Amino acid sequence: MAEPTKDMLLEWYRQMVLIREFEETCHQLYEEKRITGVYLHLYSGHEASGVGSMAALRKSDHVITAYRDHGIALILGMDANAVMAEMMGKETGSSGGKGGSMHLASRQHNFWGGYAIVGGHLPLAAGIALEARYRGKDDVTMTYVGDGATNNGYFHEALNMSAIWDLPVIWIIENNGYGMGTEVARASGQTELHRKAEAYGIRSFGRVDAQNALEVYAVACQAVDYARRHGPAVIEHITYRYRGHGVSDKQYDARADMSAELKEWRASREPITILRDSIESRHGAEAVAEILARHEADARRIVAESVAFAEASALPNSYQALMRNTYVASDLVHKTAQSVGAGIE
Amino acid sequence: MATRNVAMREAIRRALREEMQRDEAVFVMGEEVAHWQGTHRVTRGFLEEFGERRVRDTPISEMAIGGLAVGAAMAGLRPVAEFMTINFAFLALDAIANHAAKVRYFFDGMFKVPLVYRAASGWGNQATASHSHAPEPIFAHFPGIYVGCPANALDAYGMLKAAIRDDNPVLFTESIALYPKPSPMPDDLGEDYLLPIGKGDIKREGGDVTLVAYARGVDWALQAARLLARDGVEAEVVDLRWLRPLDMALVYQSFKKTNRCVIVEESLPMYSFGSEIAALLQEHMFDYMDAPIKRVAAEDVPLPYSKEIELLALPNAQKVAAAVKEIV
Ligand SMILES: Cc1ncc(C[n+]2csc(CCOP(=O)(O)OP(=O)(O)O)c2C)c(N)n1
Ligand SMILES: [Mg+2]
Repeated sequence: MAEPTKDMLLEWYRQMVLIREFEETCHQLYEEKRITGVYLHLYSGHEASGVGSMAALRKSDHVITAYRDHGIALILGMDANAVMAEMMGKETGSSGGKGGSMHLASRQHNFWGGYAIVGGHLPLAAGIALEARYRGKDDVTMTYVGDGATNNGYFHEALNMSAIWDLPVIWIIENNGYGMGTEVARASGQTELHRKAEAYGIRSFGRVDAQNALEVYAVACQAVDYARRHGPAVIEHITYRYRGHGVSDKQYDARADMSAELKEWRASREPITILRDSIESRHGAEAVAEILARHEADARRIVAESVAFAEASALPNSYQALMRNTYVASDLVHKTAQSVGAGIE
Repeated sequence: MATRNVAMREAIRRALREEMQRDEAVFVMGEEVAHWQGTHRVTRGFLEEFGERRVRDTPISEMAIGGLAVGAAMAGLRPVAEFMTINFAFLALDAIANHAAKVRYFFDGMFKVPLVYRAASGWGNQATASHSHAPEPIFAHFPGIYVGCPANALDAYGMLKAAIRDDNPVLFTESIALYPKPSPMPDDLGEDYLLPIGKGDIKREGGDVTLVAYARGVDWALQAARLLARDGVEAEVVDLRWLRPLDMALVYQSFKKTNRCVIVEESLPMYSFGSEIAALLQEHMFDYMDAPIKRVAAEDVPLPYSKEIELLALPNAQKVAAAVKEIV
């Protein structure tokens, strides 16, 4: 079950280099003020966490995450053009420019979105899983949550309910060592974060080196299988943020210990290199050289095209665009200036 | 006395620091207040100066931040608890509305709750819907807590010092847009520059129309007053400074002179600051009213990310001036 085929490994490589190219481009665009705003949280360094775990899903399964959502969107197959246009707040963005970096979503991909209030998406995940349980479907909801969020009330309430109602959620705690500037040990009494879920009776699949996509995949397969048949599962992914918390994070400039730590993670625990090494040792470096190079070139091309697409798109600027979709347009609602304005199509 | 331009964040920092030096019962806690040096740099250097006992990083646990401050205050400490932004104070709304504001009342005066919640507030810069609230009126809805919202550095300084020394719970909101804004502040204010809780301030005198505002709204009102002056309209700008207690006497005094009023706020229009002031004016000043009372607020919509529609939704000086033109 957990032995990925050559095609799967190559596909993972494609996804990971695409994410990295996309994220590093976002970083650059922000520096150049071509992406604006105050929040931009990148998935660089986390690639294997999302890629390895989502490879265990099937199309009808569900995914939800927090604001560090670009990588998740791309893995699910969201169009890079629409994602980049969303970064720039363009009409052609996946959320019409209303959501920005933290609020990507795609109905078509069962991607229920990125959410900006820490922990806020966790009960939503339980609700999405409830629908499957309620209707007798065996689809699971893969839910990504940061280490810092495990200290929030939302986490505890949502996990407990998933346990008592046997909801098919895989709670993936992406432990990247920090919530903003706070190390796990300064924020959490229990530093093995998956044990918090265990306390609610949730089946734990332990800690995984989430720089290694193969290990992530192997454990995710077990957890997904368990969740499909029984109920909630938890996995703790040990990973690292290569671009800090977000664009406002200046700690790495200020703190020598943190920048040394970052350097070490980049040098010896680079998820793309680790995957590449596994592919080469299994299938021969020469045999895969061309296709890996092609994936890298494709990533550069796709991202460059997405930037051109986004920059050529228009910003929404009408009052209608501003007001649209505050509510569902409905015949059941008495027509007032307000209800009509907010439902404008 | 030498006067210097000081950013509002620096004035807040100075007030907080002086109060911590003055009273060892005062301590700060919140997300990233210590090692990170404060998300908005208000507590920069505090960890070094006061140590971990008095400068406490918390987990991302707003419910507990809100409630723990109440317990610590009941027991005799004077917590200054920071919500990184006011958006996250919604998670603590129960602790604030039901406990901070009510334990004194429901035990009939047995306890006092001398705490200050600080929270960065406001929208702009594409912070997106869930991070774009200026919900001071929601908190001011509840009797038992005071709500202070300064508009410049000197006010922030004097208001915060009073808030910390007062024995009642106070929510002190700090407009993110005003943090970097410099305004004049004397170097030597002594230790006890305290602005009374609930006292408003006339920020500009004028006889033609009263502009009532708080926090960032004061900025828009002052800018609008300058625009209007070019056309010979003199606006009086009343900065209420506190949403609770509310200095309506000051508003009435101005209104009796101008007989016209435009209310300016950063927040949403329904069930708002503007609604409250307008209701009180018509109730108490009906005989002095020469024109309908106007309100300028944000559009009635969650805030989008995209920058042009974001700006479309926000109030500004031009919108204030246009509202005045309709009634003078
Ligand atoms: C309720 C709430 N409190 C605070 C914040 C501000 N904030 C945004 S991200 C973050 C850190 C979250 O860390 P973690 O859960 O570890 O996720 P990571 O960013 O490391 O992926 C904080 C404190 C918020 N968005 N929501
Ligand atoms: Mg983290």
